[in-house]
Amino acid sequence: MSLYSFGLEPLSCHAWSKDRTQIAISPNSNEVHIYQKKEKEWIKIHELTEHSGRITGIDWAPESNRIVTCASDRNAYVWTLKDGVWKPTLVLVRINRAATCVKWSPLENKFALGSGAKLISVCYFEKENDWWLSKHIKKPINSTVLSLDWHPNNMLLAAGSADLNCRIFSAYIKDIEDRPGPTPWGSKMPFGELLLEYKECGGWVHSVCFSPSGDALAWVSHNSAISVADATKGKEVTQLTTGHLPLLSILYVSETEIVAAGHDCCPYQFSYKGPGCLEFVKKVDIPKQSSKGNMSAMQHFRNLDKKAITEEEDTDLGSLHQNSITQLCILEGLKAKVVKFSSVALDGAMVVWDFKH
Amino acid sequence: MAKNTLSSRFRKVDIDEFDENKFVDDHDEAADQQGPDAVEVDNLIRQYPLIAQTVVLRVLTSFRSSDIEPAVKSLDKNGVDLLMKYIYKGFERPVENSSAILLQWHEKAFAIGGLGSIVRVMTARKTV
Repeated sequence: MSLYSFGLEPLSCHAWSKDRTQIAISPNSNEVHIYQKKEKEWIKIHELTEHSGRITGIDWAPESNRIVTCASDRNAYVWTLKDGVWKPTLVLVRINRAATCVKWSPLENKFALGSGAKLISVCYFEKENDWWLSKHIKKPINSTVLSLDWHPNNMLLAAGSADLNCRIFSAYIKDIEDRPGPTPWGSKMPFGELLLEYKECGGWVHSVCFSPSGDALAWVSHNSAISVADATKGKEVTQLTTGHLPLLSILYVSETEIVAAGHDCCPYQFSYKGPGCLEFVKKVDIPKQSSKGNMSAMQHFRNLDKKAITEEEDTDLGSLHQNSITQLCILEGLKAKVVKFSSVALDGAMVVWDFKH
Repeated sequence: MAKNTLSSRFRKVDIDEFDENKFVDDHDEAADQQGPDAVEVDNLIRQYPLIAQTVVLRVLTSFRSSDIEPAVKSLDKNGVDLLMKYIYKGFERPVENSSAILLQWHEKAFAIGGLGSIVRVMTARKTV
């Protein structure tokens, strides 16, 4: 694993380019910075400055090489690279509150945007008029949409919300695609159809993630719990309450293994084998080597003299990240067998983690 | 030696429990003998929330310090979360020396439940 610090500002979100040599991040401001990897260093090559509000979501489509960004200024832009410069295109999302998260669909022909307007805006490109249109999913969302994830079939969309519910909607847009086949979640899927609604998750649902096959949906909520809904077992939900601080981001690294991270500043691994079998596996972090034992007598007296302390006081946390992890992202490997994943946190650092199956 | 073929379950019965003079007592005295966990008691009186709080508080304060740890260990995950809720409710309405005992309860419950159990007290919609 390796850590790279992008400065002192918290990193709100990040996204990788297809070949993973470029990363787009936002340092808690209205700008997106794109960095290029050069050996061990990252060099800033682009600054995307169209937004007027704090950036809340970035997603980079690997095949079509487009970046979508959304911010608290109620706008979303789709950026395309032309002659080495990223050009923005405004998307009419028609929301009257801040956007909170954005995700490209697997086939990259549409993207979903969550907002504080209690709705999800599913946007697609209309060729005739050369602009991006949006369709809204409103019912029965009662509060801010905090997180989104697409099902691998490009049709179903999971949404975690501040109204303590986790839902799966159909985002099938008949203008641009064929009708989807049936899935374990349901077979009738007109746009906006509710296929799963799990109420009373116990807290705000910070992050949702579909399993690689799409048959299970995992989410983390603010009551320090992780839950999994299993479509193949009658949509049964298994919840595991943890003794840690709430988790903020969740990621499937294989069909049964899940990694989640949050306010405890380090990722945890969980395993889901079936209804009722959701368990904590281990902490994914190297414990910090304590150097207390190796302090010489000279060092002792020096500390006493300079700082009037008798022992080495370590104010660092024992984890790589020094502040809450806000987002996890697959870096290397297929969805069903992730080899590396990245995390960004409020300490301004990005860490690459190795995962051994 | 002949095997004891008679049932010896009678040896496990505490005859004092069934003494008629004792029957009139309320929950906290019974608690002194058995050391019931907060979950059992509050399940019985769930319909009366304010009374429930007072009774649970009396049960918790009547425990000896050495009994607290085994009592907390006997609870399952949900029990520990529920205990935490009552502990914090007890902090809200302090009664004489209650806070000191409650702090001891808090320490033991925290050792088992971790920060997650405290977070769940804060985020829970159903208060006790």
